[in-house]
Amino acid sequence: MDADRMSRTLTRIAHEIVERNRGIEELALVGIRTRGVPIAKRLAHAIGEIAGHEVPTGALDITLYRDDLMRHAVGPQPVVRSTEIPFSIDDKRILLVDDVLYTGRTIRAALDALIDFGRPKVIQLVVLVDRGHRELPIKADYVGKNLPTSASQSVQVHLMEIDGKDEVEIQET
Amino acid sequence: MKKDLLSIADLSCEEITLILDTTEAMREIGQRPIKKVPTLRGKTVVNLFYEPSTRTRTSFEIAEKRLSADTLSIPVSTSSVLKGETLVDTALNIEAMQPDMIVLRHASSGAAHLLSRICRSRIINAGDGMHEHPTQALLDAFTIREHKHRIEGLKVTIVGDLLHSRVLRSDALLLTKLGAQVCVCGPATLVPVGIERLGVRVSTSVDEAVADADVIMLLRIQHERMQGAFFPSVREYFNTFGMTKARVARARPDVIIMHPGPMNRGVEIASDVADGPYSVILEQVANGVAVRMAVLYLLAGGVEDEAAA
Repeated sequence: MDADRMSRTLTRIAHEIVERNRGIEELALVGIRTRGVPIAKRLAHAIGEIAGHEVPTGALDITLYRDDLMRHAVGPQPVVRSTEIPFSIDDKRILLVDDVLYTGRTIRAALDALIDFGRPKVIQLVVLVDRGHRELPIKADYVGKNLPTSASQSVQVHLMEIDGKDEVEIQET
Repeated sequence: MKKDLLSIADLSCEEITLILDTTEAMREIGQRPIKKVPTLRGKTVVNLFYEPSTRTRTSFEIAEKRLSADTLSIPVSTSSVLKGETLVDTALNIEAMQPDMIVLRHASSGAAHLLSRICRSRIINAGDGMHEHPTQALLDAFTIREHKHRIEGLKVTIVGDLLHSRVLRSDALLLTKLGAQVCVCGPATLVPVGIERLGVRVSTSVDEAVADADVIMLLRIQHERMQGAFFPSVREYFNTFGMTKARVARARPDVIIMHPGPMNRGVEIASDVADGPYSVILEQVANGVAVRMAVLYLLAGGVEDEAAA
């Protein structure tokens, strides 16, 4: 997926979001660190262009909620980054945004983390790429692209804000 | 990270920066409606305090609970220590109950190192005698970084009881490691021999020491550790070394005033300075919880070099 394709994909998702939620009054976007955050910001911008004004965005770090923490006897702890949700999520329609949906474990952790901030009316899941291989019963509501992969491959999403280019690539590991 | 947090001397600059950055993230948890994350679920932390403490013990306990650890505090005044049990025996008995971490405050320098050698649990030094108090230094550094956005190149003046202060040792080691210029000042009787080896400059005049300071840190006069006459009277100490508004005025206009607590108002610090606009003393306390959460989290992970630890 190249930059042009990514931009059209995000615009399409923004349209779907506005359509399915019948407006944007109660919407808020929460991106999962690291690459869900710029995607959430771009979606907020795109939704703003469609509906007239931007929706609030936040950033969620799920490290402290991971189910594989403390299970490894060796290796340093993963780096914790800050969570910034500068609005109340109570009774909001929250769109949780991530770059790649894989096992579903990150989303499980993100749901737990979100619930600690309040009680949203609805949580919907937006991903740029769904690569399959779910280990938990989790499904995305909006998918940029379904990308069939094998477990030995890795999917890398590069974003202008972080990596200096917009691209999705599959690598053999 | 190593197995234990015993002293600032053991930490590299990278480890210190990692702890301070992690603290940044931990602080946000304290501002949530539900101030708790599941990270240390199923871990047991024992707080073993052989000396009185309000701030440090409360701070560790809150930090442990915010990370969902199971925590218990053993104040020695109600424990078998009163029946003559030694520190090592107490520690081995606690160890037998399979805790994951022990937070130790003890009046003897090196007590945490001793436990580190005999215990499988992670040991966190919460103050050992006149040696070190690493989490205090970390929270001080975090508070300074918050206000000044850097530590390198700052002028930090530390005034008070230098002889008995473990906070001084940890702070001096940490701040010089990160590139600050540290100047210490106190009555000659309370300046330990060889203090220059910490990388600090010694001054005998408080007026000279605070000139152009970015940070002024006061240390408590530790009456409980003083067996001799170190200065003639409390009033004389205050007149010669006490931090007054007039002395603060000699520092930089954006100076911050710090104190690790508990304060002796009217001894090392005037009340109007302690409560003044430049005082960050209560911020230090607030940041203490986040720093301890960061330390608990980072120590709970794997050990980098098991053989060396």
